[in-house]
Amino acid sequence: MLKEYDVIVVGGGHAGCEAAAAAANTGSSVLLVTMNMSTIAQMSCNPAMGGVAKGQIVREIDAMGGYSGIVSDRTAIQFRMLNLSKGPAMWSPRVQSDRWLFAQEWRLMLEKTPNVDFWQDTVVGILEEKGIVKGVKTSLGLDIKGSSVVLTNGTFLNGLIHVGQKNFGGGRAAERNSTGITEQLIDLGFDHGRMKTGTPPRVDARSLDYSKMEEQKGDINPSKFSFTDTKPLAKQLSCHITYTNDTVHDILRSGLDRSPMFSGMIEGTGPRYCPSIEEKIDRFSEKERHQIFVEPEGWNTVEVYVNGFSTSLPMDVQFNAIKRIAGFENVKLFRPGYAIEYDYFPPTQLKHTLETKLIENLYFAGQINGTTGYEEAGGQGLMAGLNASLKVKGKSPLILRRDEAYIGVLIDDLITKGTKEPYRMFTSRAEYRILLRQDNADIRLTPLSHAIGFASDERLKLVEHKRNETNKIIKHLSTSSITPEEANPYLEKLNTSAIKQKVKISTIISRPQVSLNSFIENDKNQKFGLSNFSNECLEQAEIKIKYSGYIDRERETAKKLTRLEGIKLNPDFDYSKMNSISSEAREKLSKIKPESIGQASRISGVSPSDISVLLIHFGR
Amino acid sequence: MMHHNDTICALSTPQGSGAIGVIRISGPEAINMVHFLFEGRNLEIQKGQSLHFGKFVDDNEIIDEVLVSLFKAPNSYTGEDIVEISCHGSSYILTRVLNALINRGARLAKPGEFTMRAFSNGKMDLAQAEAVADLIASESKAAHHLALNQMRGGFSEKINQLREELIHFTSLIELELDFSEEDVEFADRDDLKALVNHLIEVINGLIDSFSTGNALKNGIPVAIIGQPNVGKSTLLNALLNEDKAIVSEIAGTTRDSIEDEVKIGGVSFRFIDTAGIRETEDIVENIGIKRTYQMLDKATVILYLVDIVEDSATMISESVLAIQKRIEASDKTLILLANKIDKLQVSEHVIPKALNDKIPEGIKTIFLSTGQKQNIQGLEAALKALAEEKLKGANEVLVSNARHYEALKKAGEALQRVADGLEQNITGDFLAMDIRQSLFYLGEITGTIEIDRDILGSIFSKFCIGK
Repeated sequence: MLKEYDVIVVGGGHAGCEAAAAAANTGSSVLLVTMNMSTIAQMSCNPAMGGVAKGQIVREIDAMGGYSGIVSDRTAIQFRMLNLSKGPAMWSPRVQSDRWLFAQEWRLMLEKTPNVDFWQDTVVGILEEKGIVKGVKTSLGLDIKGSSVVLTNGTFLNGLIHVGQKNFGGGRAAERNSTGITEQLIDLGFDHGRMKTGTPPRVDARSLDYSKMEEQKGDINPSKFSFTDTKPLAKQLSCHITYTNDTVHDILRSGLDRSPMFSGMIEGTGPRYCPSIEEKIDRFSEKERHQIFVEPEGWNTVEVYVNGFSTSLPMDVQFNAIKRIAGFENVKLFRPGYAIEYDYFPPTQLKHTLETKLIENLYFAGQINGTTGYEEAGGQGLMAGLNASLKVKGKSPLILRRDEAYIGVLIDDLITKGTKEPYRMFTSRAEYRILLRQDNADIRLTPLSHAIGFASDERLKLVEHKRNETNKIIKHLSTSSITPEEANPYLEKLNTSAIKQKVKISTIISRPQVSLNSFIENDKNQKFGLSNFSNECLEQAEIKIKYSGYIDRERETAKKLTRLEGIKLNPDFDYSKMNSISSEAREKLSKIKPESIGQASRISGVSPSDISVLLIHFGR
Repeated sequence: MMHHNDTICALSTPQGSGAIGVIRISGPEAINMVHFLFEGRNLEIQKGQSLHFGKFVDDNEIIDEVLVSLFKAPNSYTGEDIVEISCHGSSYILTRVLNALINRGARLAKPGEFTMRAFSNGKMDLAQAEAVADLIASESKAAHHLALNQMRGGFSEKINQLREELIHFTSLIELELDFSEEDVEFADRDDLKALVNHLIEVINGLIDSFSTGNALKNGIPVAIIGQPNVGKSTLLNALLNEDKAIVSEIAGTTRDSIEDEVKIGGVSFRFIDTAGIRETEDIVENIGIKRTYQMLDKATVILYLVDIVEDSATMISESVLAIQKRIEASDKTLILLANKIDKLQVSEHVIPKALNDKIPEGIKTIFLSTGQKQNIQGLEAALKALAEEKLKGANEVLVSNARHYEALKKAGEALQRVADGLEQNITGDFLAMDIRQSLFYLGEITGTIEIDRDILGSIFSKFCIGK
């Protein structure tokens, strides 16, 4: 009934959507199979994209040619650039989104993408012959043929929802779970595990008293995610901040005996950085209050998301506790919070392309790999869809290095170290984060993506333009001089020392107190001729001038370490005979099958002395 | 955990005949092998950490009466099953026992293989394993003490403690970066400065201990200086003759000359450039100022030998002051040896007093006669006291390994850059670059290289994260 596809994507969440788009935009015929076509690109948890480290990932997805950045820009209701007081590597874009519009925009973008077909059905297993995937089986009884399959099952595999003592099968509130795939994969030899995540109650905005909360507005000059011509927001909605208190905590505590978390009903591991409110009051009992963010779910809806109050306590406890929060006295609940347990497959079973080591042409992306977050899922989906497509076309894969992208760090961490709790990106996971900035994601990645036929010519042209303009500005600043008479009144205003003789402008710009923007503003007669350049290029030039010392140093370190990445290992090498390395290292190396000495060095349990032995053994 | 599927054996006591000889067997078949060769209790059903008397029998022939110690995995040195057979120390018996074991499938262990197994089975870390090598090679009491301390984990413990503090410091910096949106209290800059200065102090303390640690391990370097014919070579011979345990004429790999080593009070003293002293004793021109200065630079203890019959008190005190000036900034010790007391006339006994009056305070003067071996023990006592003073520090953790020293130095330099950065109010993301470097270098010592997981773990355990 259905034709044979190059790439079949199972699941229509953030990973599945990016996978489908990337595969289709590199010329593969794609079928997106989802249980419900009305819930494509649902934001199952908070209505927001980006944040620290996550915002950088969205920028990278966009630079590669993915859709998340464009969809986010078109459906944002608030934009903030976080961490502006830190160095440029820490600047992190984040939006609040209109949940409905977000899902709708994604679906429309996919509909407009040539080569993407849709099929609403539940996949119950893969078709496999001699270790090679051949397609999928569905609950409607179809065998759909495909050269490769990308599994992005999210929380649906044997999903089990908990609210207090009640639990029932489900992949998301009011949606069925998916069974069969886990069992088949276990039969095929995959290791699996169980993880847990949770979500807070949603409430009626009309029942809240915002006068008792602090308002959190968007940026005065909002920026955006996409490097393409999406528009920054003209108007924005605010979020609000309120706090829990002793009374709230006492009520929550009174329900702990009926908590599935504390009674041991939940077996899966939850994330330590995103604990439920009951875990917070238990683990940090000395804390008198916890912050609650009240986030609107869209331009027009009255539904709001109570960020910071994730819980799986019984509904009566949730209700009694939440209404003691300042501003929530008359709260009307729309939906209770809940916890969900689901199956994942330890990602050390994957290659850098996200293809499984066991079954050829089978790819995993998103929560099935033990990650959490829309951005992490999207990044993996894009790389899985892209590499599945490249392989079908007989082209070599695209693997992003740790010094090239957060997406590279993400995938390398997953497949090399695995994860015991839902994996979320943090900037501290990236050893070269000074290089992996949101401002240069396009410069880092668009050329790579374009070279393999993914990012469009227009995107590449934009990058080239940005690069040329930036170089022009830098050249201008480092060759034009400024006299003490011109500079000193301005420098005095900024409380930085005066200059005694003519200097190049760039030496002034490199001072921490001086910003290029204020310099241009001060140059009212436009003597230095910088006002014609775009903000984006000016910012790029300024970063390069101000932080060149750090950036160069980081690049040097990265270069040294990538030497180890260049020393390739045969993944099928038999480590069991290597007596001179520790037994733990032998076991880990045999299991992970690293592709380079560099990757081997990041495996926990493989010590520097083991690496020396490997280097000697492989004749370096 | 264990993946060594072969069983190894070796003689654990020195080669040659002694009162007893100990043969150690380690591996999965260790107990079973000895069981077949042992007449006594059934070894296969005995508890670990037990001692059994019986006969060692090979080819129906009783080889020896032996004492067998059983250790069961993982509670043994290597983490595997270990049997130690104590037999009488004849080479014939020991060879027969080893041959019997090899015939049953054991393999003769390579040098250091027991320790390597201990390391690979997680019984010790890299620093500890290196210490075992030092322990086996240690010739003196002090070096032994140092190696033992390191092997027991004193050093690793100290480094791990340091690492933990550094991780804590890092987590405070990273907290501001990754969790700026969280409702947690960030450390203020003064706290961070205090913390980093404390860490630098600890690292510098360890770095400074290197010279002491190295001295105890390799011997305290001593220079004998003085005019030609003052009796330097005689003094050296007197010291060497006094001590039976001479490790004379060690040609060190990095040492550019032949050196004599003497043990006094369990501590090695290494006499620098003794070849020079011996060869050039009577060739006046050869001992120039330059050569003397070179010796001063290499030594920790300087013995300045003078002839109190020939030399005037003024001349002696002037040279002492010159030497003292040269070594001012270091922790070298100068001892003045007033030689040839046997040649002094009764009437001249006032000279020592005159000399004492002119020598600056804090310089120890010993009156002796190298020729007549008078008061050599006075010098030995002084050297012993000096060594004991240094040993006091050895109860603390000392760095004695050059690799560790290098790593600590680099870690310290990186942290100094962090401290400077904090003074200049640089943002955390840039500070973190150098913190990572220092963690990396510490990891080189213990073999722990994973950083980000530890940092995040530290953050999650201390702060309530989760918006």
